[in-house]
Amino acid sequence: MDFLSQIINGLGIGSIYALVALGYSMVYGIVQLINFAHGDIIMVGAYVTYLVLVVGGAPLWVAVLASIAFCTIAGVLIERVAYRRLLNMGAPRIYLLITAIGVSIFLQNLSQLLFTSSGKSMPKMFPSDSLDLGSIQLSSVSLITIVTSVALMVLLQVLVSKTKIGKAMRATSEDAGAAKLMGINTNITVAFTFGIGSALAAVGAVLYCGAYPLITPYMGGMLGLKAFVAAVLGGIGSIPGAMLGGYLIGVAESLTKAAGGSQITDAVVFGILIIVLLFKPAGLLGKNVREKV
Amino acid sequence: MKKRFFAAALAAVMIAASASGCAQGSNTDSAAASGTGTASGDTIKIGGLAPLTGSVSVYGNATNNGVLLAVKAANDAGGINGKKIQYICYDEKGDATEAVNAYNKLVENDKVVALVGDVTSTPTLAVAQQAVNDNLPMISATATAAGVTTTGENVFRACVTDPFQGEMMASYTKKKLGAKTAAILYNMADDYSSGVAEAYKQAAEAEGITIVAEEKFQTNDVDFKSQLTSIKGKNPDVLFLPVYYQDLAQIAVQVKQTGVKAKLMGVDGWDGVLDKIDKSNADALQGSYFCSQYTAESTDSKVQDFIKAYKAAYKAEPNMFSVLGYDAMNMMIQAIKDAGSTDSDAVIKAMAALKFKGLTGDITFDKDRNPVKTCAILTIKDDAYKFVEYYKK
Repeated sequence: MDFLSQIINGLGIGSIYALVALGYSMVYGIVQLINFAHGDIIMVGAYVTYLVLVVGGAPLWVAVLASIAFCTIAGVLIERVAYRRLLNMGAPRIYLLITAIGVSIFLQNLSQLLFTSSGKSMPKMFPSDSLDLGSIQLSSVSLITIVTSVALMVLLQVLVSKTKIGKAMRATSEDAGAAKLMGINTNITVAFTFGIGSALAAVGAVLYCGAYPLITPYMGGMLGLKAFVAAVLGGIGSIPGAMLGGYLIGVAESLTKAAGGSQITDAVVFGILIIVLLFKPAGLLGKNVREKV
Repeated sequence: MKKRFFAAALAAVMIAASASGCAQGSNTDSAAASGTGTASGDTIKIGGLAPLTGSVSVYGNATNNGVLLAVKAANDAGGINGKKIQYICYDEKGDATEAVNAYNKLVENDKVVALVGDVTSTPTLAVAQQAVNDNLPMISATATAAGVTTTGENVFRACVTDPFQGEMMASYTKKKLGAKTAAILYNMADDYSSGVAEAYKQAAEAEGITIVAEEKFQTNDVDFKSQLTSIKGKNPDVLFLPVYYQDLAQIAVQVKQTGVKAKLMGVDGWDGVLDKIDKSNADALQGSYFCSQYTAESTDSKVQDFIKAYKAAYKAEPNMFSVLGYDAMNMMIQAIKDAGSTDSDAVIKAMAALKFKGLTGDITFDKDRNPVKTCAILTIKDDAYKFVEYYKK
């Protein structure tokens, strides 16, 4: 049952893509900003985990909480320092995009300055043995990753659809001007969205370190790009879409490699994106909304 | 800038002129007439090239430090046939054009009789082209590219080539580990990794080992679970990983996660992996084997003496580059001694027939002037490298 094992492998890495994709998707949904610095938040989360766990010697749960807290603050801070003025001034989107790329480069270089460009090794966080279920091989790390990501997505869905701040998020996303007139503090709502997205990336970072125990300042680059593709594939702005996109890309990668096509893995990923966008321009689960006039 | 260069060139010419000037009269060496080498009265000039600054300066300095130690040791022991060695090394910054310029300076101004260098493959290839025209005996300590020594009859090297390591480990897999099946996972975007993998595959099949899986990945990949799951399905005795230590740190942990039971084997790119894998994950590498041209764990007293001398001189640990630099210079010295003169043809002939006992094992040259030597086999046990044996296929 190699095939099933490969699907599980794909869902494992796909879950991490999905967690990062959620951040892209939510931020885009609310302010139409493609936050290219989001992939680097996962790198920040990984280094915080490293500092607390390895340098500080604290237990895993402390490291997880510290990583989530730090990334949330970093996410909010980035929004406040780099994006808010541009957003409130109604600056053209290209300005925001370039600012986001600038923040991404800043984060990468900062961590290179602090930690050097050579990789740091992470300790074992989860039992790394493989489980033998009859003929199927499951790596326990993959299982933990998949379960955590699904649980977080359910939580997020509840948060957005049932709570007051969730309602504010949806309102701001639909029409920020009208939301403001209804008494919603859109600044706080946008900051909250950045915070939540970054917190999810922090969890993604911890899971990533558990599965791939070597972190570098540039780890967020390709990971962020794949997650962005996942968000677009699923329909950017849609939470279940981001999850679906993440899983699809993870499984596509895994199956391509298993079939001996390591050299074309990235081509397959981006090829899927192109084909989906040709037939469903809004992504798999995206809503086709007319541009506001 | 131009002026300064001119002044420097002029100074170099003057120094060279005065040096050869004082050589007049007292010189009785036969090489004086040969044109390619002028041994000044009581010194033999050997040229050196290394990147002492720039992006690959780490390699250049380590190699040059080793060479300097060899020169000092030889001079302390009385030099070559009573003559002191004068080692003249220029910084080529890792650049092929700079290297050729520096080479021309060595030959035309300094009148060196032999060259120990260059360090990295690209400038070495450029310099070798020139050295062939001058018929200058040349040995590179560390240039591994296949084409280096096939440039001409006068070009040698002290390090083993990448394919040689693959053949070595294939032989070890069969003869010492008794494996019947093997799988390979390598980086197809990297010349070193794919070169060693190809050599291992051919040699292993010649030894009667069945290669059950040949999986690939790309530079910067971090997820290897799909390839490893495929390998797991084939259940090989050995998994050969000709990769650098950063990739190995990721692969080894995922080998454990996917439950692959094969014995892991690799080559000298593995050196340094224990700094990149946390203690809690190091059991993933337990009992694996790799080969290296040098190990500080060696029980050879010559190696231990070298390490002591190196630490005393440079306040740093020697690495493979320093050791190869030391061996390369000593091989050149030995060849000049054996030749009994600094005549190019005589030195080249002596070098080709050299039987040398160095820090990196017993060395002879094959017909392509690549060294044939023993490799140190290392294993990883309890989060430390352990020296197993010197192995010759």
